[in-house]
Amino acid sequence: MLSSNNLSFNYPGGEVLKFPDLDCQAGETRLLLGKSGSGKTTLLQLLAGLRQPTTGQVIIKGQNLNDLSGTALDHFRGQNVGMIFQTAHFLRALTVWENLAMAQQLAGKAVDRSRIDGLLEQLDLGDKANSLTGRLSVGQQQRAAIARAIINQPAVIFADEPTSALDDDNTQQVIQLLQSQAAAVNATLLIVTHDNRLTGIIPQQTQL
Amino acid sequence: MNLLRLSWKNLTFKPLNALLSVLLFALSIGLISLLLSLREQADEQFDNNLAGINLVVGAKGSPLELTLNSMYHVGYATGNIKLGQIKAFFNPKHPIVEDVVPLSVGDSYRGYRIVGTVPKILDWYGAKLSSGTVWQHDFEVVVGEEVARVNGLSLGNKFKSNHGIIDEGDENNIEHDDDFTVVGILAPSGTVMDQLVLATNQTYWHSHEAHEEAAADHDDHEGHDHAGHNHTEDHAPTSLMEEDPEKEITSLLVRYKNASSFQALNFPRNINENTELLAANPAYEISEVRRQFDSGQRILGVLVMAITIVSALSIFIALFTSLRERRYELALMRTMGAGRGKLFLLIIMEGLIVAVIGYLLGILLSHGIMAILAGNVQDDFRYTVSATRFLTEEGWLFAAALFIGFLAAVIPAVQASKTDIAETLTDS
Repeated sequence: MLSSNNLSFNYPGGEVLKFPDLDCQAGETRLLLGKSGSGKTTLLQLLAGLRQPTTGQVIIKGQNLNDLSGTALDHFRGQNVGMIFQTAHFLRALTVWENLAMAQQLAGKAVDRSRIDGLLEQLDLGDKANSLTGRLSVGQQQRAAIARAIINQPAVIFADEPTSALDDDNTQQVIQLLQSQAAAVNATLLIVTHDNRLTGIIPQQTQL
Repeated sequence: MNLLRLSWKNLTFKPLNALLSVLLFALSIGLISLLLSLREQADEQFDNNLAGINLVVGAKGSPLELTLNSMYHVGYATGNIKLGQIKAFFNPKHPIVEDVVPLSVGDSYRGYRIVGTVPKILDWYGAKLSSGTVWQHDFEVVVGEEVARVNGLSLGNKFKSNHGIIDEGDENNIEHDDDFTVVGILAPSGTVMDQLVLATNQTYWHSHEAHEEAAADHDDHEGHDHAGHNHTEDHAPTSLMEEDPEKEITSLLVRYKNASSFQALNFPRNINENTELLAANPAYEISEVRRQFDSGQRILGVLVMAITIVSALSIFIALFTSLRERRYELALMRTMGAGRGKLFLLIIMEGLIVAVIGYLLGILLSHGIMAILAGNVQDDFRYTVSATRFLTEEGWLFAAALFIGFLAAVIPAVQASKTDIAETLTDS
């Protein structure tokens, strides 16, 4: 479902980062571990097609990202990649519901009302559908971000330090949600973290 | 949830940020539209009232005053002229003059001027009767469309005139004793005729005789019994020349046979240098007025330009600063599948929305001001302002507004489309 080989990236400053090869199955959850500065985030950007690798290639669902460019890549990302960030970002002028609808539309899909409603129910955000995202608590925001990441049933979900801003209870809850939701759409879940609370839960780990 | 709605929501999410831009934009659009409309309508009325008149002849004084008083019926007359002085103009064999219309002014009815003249003036101004007949006898009047409408006059109504041309509504106004009878009402013509009360020139002499008893010279009246105020007395228009040459009128409107002939060009100067009369070329005088108008408009134009630039800058600054706050959002949209083009469009549309709202408010502003002006300037300047008339220029103004909105948004939009997703989203 997600594989990479021979990936490296040259920063303009001259620093060269080389990355181990990855090969993840559908439905698999894997942690990417590494110290600060080891290039975890850079690897995630390469895998999501947000940066062009200097060498090597990323293949998602059989598609080599190097073969896509511009709008085609943006579209492919919208449809096949879900992303969750350390702090949840939203289109602040829109409600939770509208943010999800926007995610569907920007990926080039039609707005699926029942999918949005159902997902918000599952994530216990049903009563927040019409709230502006700025009105939600941090935990609710992270759940809404998860909803947005999986709304289009992506092949891969990338999570960048999804739990570093959360307390233990919320961490537990968010990881369970991430795993169950990824499993529900049979997506590969790749979590970049240096959060030791996760290493005990998820056995598949790649060290940078 | 399309881009347009997202742009709209972004703007209304923090409405105060956009408010200043919208108001400034509305102000500049409003002023431009107001200037254009007033200019257009003024030009039109100047032109309509030129009525093919090549020359205005009156008593010595200011040529502009003579023109304004005789053709636009604003301001005061320069004085009166004796029939004897202008006899030559009535000569059908005159080498330059084709036709003349004599005017007697000085009285009014409820602020509307009563003009003593001949029915030919209607043809000159292209005015038509909507009902009744033209004035033939003294104290018969034909009233303009507006005079009739505002004062509720209809055929057969009688009224008394006021001495003086401005009705101040005070009780000391001298009212003439004689009744005018409405015999005709004009159809609207878009000229000053709409606002006049037309009578014979001789009517003026009758109604003023009571006040000028000493000056009245009854010997030369060739059987006309003026003292008896015989209202059915017939004065054919041409008969003015048979009147006492000492009798006075206010001015004479003149049409040339050939306005571009050498004699015609020198005609006003000859009159001014060799006679006691004043000859004014209305086209020239009006172009002087326009020049004054233009230079005033130029100053306003510079002001408007400055406001427009400031309003465009304000849109630019508002969008640019909002980009700083929204860079996460924009990067997020990229990760959700929006291409660079979409982000560019998103910001451009925000600029355009401000421009469109500003435009609509601006047009509302200018036409609102015109509606208020309409009531005020009409009485003072015989200048009709229509608030409901829209110019094609205002259509162009819309295009210009869109262009300015686009221009102000284009740099922020390019900036937005260049949003580096990786840098932005991991920079926390």
